[in-house]
Amino acid sequence: MSESKLPSSGPLEKEGVVAELARTARTQEVADESGHVLRTNKATIRFGGLVAVNELDMSVRPGEIYGLIGPNGAGKTTIFNLLTGVYKPTSGDIHFRGRRVDGLRPYEIARRGVSRTFQNIRLFPGMTVLENVLTACHLHSRQNLFDAVLRTPRYARDEREHREFCMELLDIFGLARFRDEGGTSLPYGNQRRLEIVRALATRPRLLLLDEPAAGMNPSEQDGLLNLIRQIRDRFDLTILLVEHNMKVVMGVCERIQVVDYGKSIALGLPHEIRNDPKVIEAYLGD
Amino acid sequence: MPGFAKRIVGAVVVVLAIIVVNAMLSAEGLFGFGVPRYWAHVLMLAGINVILAVSLNLINGFTGQFSIGHAGFMAIGAYASAYLTVYHGQAWERSLSGAVGETLAGVVVFLLAILVGAVVAGLAGLVVGVPSLRLRGDYLAIVTLGFAEIIRIVILNMEVVGGATGFTVPGETNFLWVGAFAVITILVVHNIVRSDTGRALISIREDELAAEAMGINSTRYKVLSFVVGSMFAGIAGALFGHYTRFLSTADFTFIRSFEIIIMIVLGGMGSITGSVLGAVVITVLPELLRLLPSVGGFNFADLRLVIYSALLILIMLTRPQGVLGEREFGFNWLRRAQKRPEGDEAVGAGAGVPIAGRPAPTGGGESGEDAVKGVENR
Repeated sequence: MSESKLPSSGPLEKEGVVAELARTARTQEVADESGHVLRTNKATIRFGGLVAVNELDMSVRPGEIYGLIGPNGAGKTTIFNLLTGVYKPTSGDIHFRGRRVDGLRPYEIARRGVSRTFQNIRLFPGMTVLENVLTACHLHSRQNLFDAVLRTPRYARDEREHREFCMELLDIFGLARFRDEGGTSLPYGNQRRLEIVRALATRPRLLLLDEPAAGMNPSEQDGLLNLIRQIRDRFDLTILLVEHNMKVVMGVCERIQVVDYGKSIALGLPHEIRNDPKVIEAYLGD
Repeated sequence: MPGFAKRIVGAVVVVLAIIVVNAMLSAEGLFGFGVPRYWAHVLMLAGINVILAVSLNLINGFTGQFSIGHAGFMAIGAYASAYLTVYHGQAWERSLSGAVGETLAGVVVFLLAILVGAVVAGLAGLVVGVPSLRLRGDYLAIVTLGFAEIIRIVILNMEVVGGATGFTVPGETNFLWVGAFAVITILVVHNIVRSDTGRALISIREDELAAEAMGINSTRYKVLSFVVGSMFAGIAGALFGHYTRFLSTADFTFIRSFEIIIMIVLGGMGSITGSVLGAVVITVLPELLRLLPSVGGFNFADLRLVIYSALLILIMLTRPQGVLGEREFGFNWLRRAQKRPEGDEAVGAGAGVPIAGRPAPTGGGESGEDAVKGVENR
């Protein structure tokens, strides 16, 4: 139950990290002229004869928790991979904060403020909990190779600042005590949390969560819902969530888009989606 | 600042050690106490192999790219620096010695030659790395192997560096040079690995896709590690050439590349001290085999490669991660045992957040007890 709950007091005072993350995220400033953070325009990707994503239009507003749902194999993760640059759309385009990002490499998109977690957790196996998070500070690192080789004061300062930042962040998520343990040796729920911490350490403006509830039991899922809401509120982020678990999606998302066979079949508020005949058909079959 | 003082002391100790060893290796010995000529030779080669192994470990062990062409970069460094000392060395020394004295002039010119060897090898690493590091695993291995052979054949046909007859090089290298550069290599690789750059390299090895998602330009960092690794291979080559005084392309075949790989696989990919250990063992082992008596015309030294293979198979079966794995041997290792209990101080920081799904230490104990009870009940 308490598996994924942010402590409501105490670490809340850790204004340092929260303030810094929020400063980079600042939801009002991230919107483009149409008032969206992320927009896709007829994004399509074909793998041979298979159209995995078909003319998908989506638009995410700043500060919202946006759900992307659909039955297994609907193309949700493929959409994520399009948004994060793992795949390049066959046609159509993707805009993040008013600038085209389709065709950019994943690290370039990450640099613009999109961070993600993975459906099947991808922590760095050979690293400790702290190192996993430190690695994600790369984008904000001010040391270069020569600072590192010569151990300059700039290197020392940079390392110390990142270490403090990461420890505060880990502390907020209740993972500080595991800092020297192997990331992948943590229990499953904590690995998921650590992956979220790692994604946050890049100081993103948009956080993409790929099936965060996968493999969780109902009470863990409740904890996760709280966690996602609190991350958005405290870090001032926009969150895009891919999920096929209806309960999670209905519980936390403010707007939901449903995809099936790579096509968008519905878009609306949770209660609208719940009663949409097309959605029911997609999930239950005819 | 105690850390600073400790470093100064460490540096002084290392410098003194190199000077003492160098004196013992020289013909006169240190106060009449010297190392036999033969073992002095082995020690020099071990030092050069340490540079090669530690630098290859940056590419293969830490970045996870499988390069098997390290001998090629070594050859480039060896020939480039030798070209400089052979054709320009004396002239430069003469013009410099008026200003700084003869000894120092020699040192400056040789240092320059080594650095040129490093830079040329690094550039070659860049030229090979940029296109080929997009390839993964086996393909990269084949490209690097092919490149090393191409280098060797090209040098074999360059008359200016002796071609097939070999290249006679002035002897400049002593243990001061080898020891110093071995220490520099270890320090540089150590400092890179424990930095933002190093974390980027290791994250590419561990999960390239996740590394990219964290904003790490994987191609750039792979090329970086390749170039740095090649530069140190070039330095090793320069030292090697000016030590043996004769360069022949036969010194830089793929067999040498494999030897370096055996060193790091044996010592542990991703462990600097492991590479040092591997380099020393692989250099000394064949010499020890030579000491064994031949049994009925059957010579152990001739079985060098067979014994390497057997050793590798044995390591792969019993300890696939190498002797040290990814760990480093050091004083911290010895200290860790005492340090453990106070490691729990961090618990306070995360207090107030109940962590489910993680069995508390007492819980583990209880289940252990249950197991014992179960046995008793039976």
